[in-house]
Amino acid sequence: MQTLIQQVLNALQLGSVYALIALGYTMVYGIITLINFAHGDIFMVSTYVAFFVGTALMSQLLHLPGVVVFVLTMLASMFATALLAVLIERFAYKPLRQAPRVSAVITALGVGLFLENFTLATIGPDPRFLPKFFPVQTFTVGGVAFSNVQIIIIAVSAVVMLLLDTIVRRTMVGMAMRAVSWDKFTAPLMGVPVDRIISITFAIGASIAAVGGTLFGMVYTVDPYMGIRIGWWAFISAVVGGIGNIRGAMIGGYILGFVEIFTPVILPASTYRDFVAFSLLLVLLIFRPYGILGRPVAQKV
Amino acid sequence: MAKLLTSIRNTLSRALAPLRATYESLPAPVRRWTMPGLLILFFVIALLSPSFLNLYWQQILIYVGINIILTVSLNLVNGYMGEFSVGHAGFMAVGAYVASILTVWVFPRWGLGEYVPYLFPVALIIGGLAAGLTGLVIAFPSFRTRGDYLAIVTLAWNMIVKSVLENIDAIGGPRGFMGMQKLTSVAWVYVWVVITIYLLRNLVYSNFGRGTLSIREDEIASSLVSVDTRKVKITVFVVAAFFAGIAGGLFAHIIQFINPRSFSILKSTDVLVMVYLGGIGSLGGSILGATVYTVLLESLRPLQVWRWVVGPLMLVLLMIFRPYGIMGMREWRFLVPLEERMETLTALRERVREKRQSVAAPSPVGGSSD
Repeated sequence: MQTLIQQVLNALQLGSVYALIALGYTMVYGIITLINFAHGDIFMVSTYVAFFVGTALMSQLLHLPGVVVFVLTMLASMFATALLAVLIERFAYKPLRQAPRVSAVITALGVGLFLENFTLATIGPDPRFLPKFFPVQTFTVGGVAFSNVQIIIIAVSAVVMLLLDTIVRRTMVGMAMRAVSWDKFTAPLMGVPVDRIISITFAIGASIAAVGGTLFGMVYTVDPYMGIRIGWWAFISAVVGGIGNIRGAMIGGYILGFVEIFTPVILPASTYRDFVAFSLLLVLLIFRPYGILGRPVAQKV
Repeated sequence: MAKLLTSIRNTLSRALAPLRATYESLPAPVRRWTMPGLLILFFVIALLSPSFLNLYWQQILIYVGINIILTVSLNLVNGYMGEFSVGHAGFMAVGAYVASILTVWVFPRWGLGEYVPYLFPVALIIGGLAAGLTGLVIAFPSFRTRGDYLAIVTLAWNMIVKSVLENIDAIGGPRGFMGMQKLTSVAWVYVWVVITIYLLRNLVYSNFGRGTLSIREDEIASSLVSVDTRKVKITVFVVAAFFAGIAGGLFAHIIQFINPRSFSILKSTDVLVMVYLGGIGSLGGSILGATVYTVLLESLRPLQVWRWVVGPLMLVLLMIFRPYGIMGMREWRFLVPLEERMETLTALRERVREKRQSVAAPSPVGGSSD
């Protein structure tokens, strides 16, 4: 029982990160029906930004308290990553808005590979660790051990997701985003600045990924190819939840977190996790092609 | 960039004009046998190549050939049928592993060890068939889903293959599989390239190929004009997977060591780049794309890590400035069947017009007199 709760906590921790990244996939898909394959690598860049900013700020000269550094690092990473995503959108995706859909998807794949290999070429392949922003404390309640870092990850993710849900549902920007996603031909007629809304969507998606990236970096190592695996898993999360649906992406993220943590419990080795995750995806696509919360799109003849 | 390509093409066609004129002036039987003759000549050259090419150049030629097979077969799915398959390396992996297991374990165990070089094509074909069988895995979901979702299915398929291979310890798991002899030679690759292009050309210009094209343009409309879309899809996916499997087998027997990581999504992306660089819906384009990309990456070797930056960057720029690739939707003349060529069609139209004129115009002598 205790190990079960322990595993559930681990799954929630990992699932939070997946959910945060999945949101970026799903928002972009919702608004311009583009599978932004570069998103996983945007997440990777965000952890590198967090690594450099965090290391610089933690230097002994400044004597900033850990919490302040943590918040500053996250904000810097969010800002830099949002800027990167907007630039990518502006220079790589926007020229292709009228082109066949496949062109944009291929471009996204290309941008992702470019980011990976560019990071590899400039920074090198060695895995790196984010500095410890605050000492890791482990609490034990009823035999279940959990750390403050774990709680921070789960809590910060939950707050960010609630915030996003509120933005999308309650603000003007959110309304405009939903309008563009609903009908991108009518929305501009109603005075919605489509291009700006698309840029904002990219920026928000990327900064949420940066939150995930900073949190992820506190527990795991950072390397140029991390965006591939984490990115794919987050992407499956988005599809499982119903791509284009924000709440679906959150649910999907937690489902994938549970899949990853509980695969070694049921199957002999953790190396089966990719197999389980992608088989889940395939089966789901066959029986419920639009994900858990997605709506089937009627094909117009 | 587009202008540059156009000017290169114009210069080339101008330079080749005298050659073409000479060819046109040849008597018909000679023209009929030019293509087979050239193919045989190239085969002899390929057969003799080990004597005048060093290993490095042979290897590059072999890679070019393997990439041509991969590119042409993926073009059938992505270019001619208009689906978006991202998992070609998955089929390649199946072919590579099956063919390698046959040549390393099965044949020697059956006491055929010394005949392995002669049984190589058998191993390749069985590998290709196994890959083709797994092509069904993609074909069935494609009935229900299209576009992005099918892309996800193919992607998941690639990941599943890699993950399964990593978990079968008997064939080395993540460590990989080795022990293959170096059976792939320039001549073998050449033969397979010719077979692939010949078969796929005939497929594309057959009735069946028209069905494939019609699915690309509009699936619903094509099923309304009684194209059996399911049959077409199954065949296209299976054929493409078969040739990917062949390419995998060839690849395994030149590199002599395969591991699941060689067939990751990165490999699939490489093939995608070659397809879209060459141009969709064009066999000639695929040949060009595979050749240009392979040679380019090879020549960028001194850049070390940076050459992996150049490839993706090229893809992005290509998509933005020339989304249809070098020769998207166009074809080399010699790959187009005679009845389909522009000049045949023009001549036909000319004949029809003459006939119509001769029927429509009243004869000047016997005019009506009432």
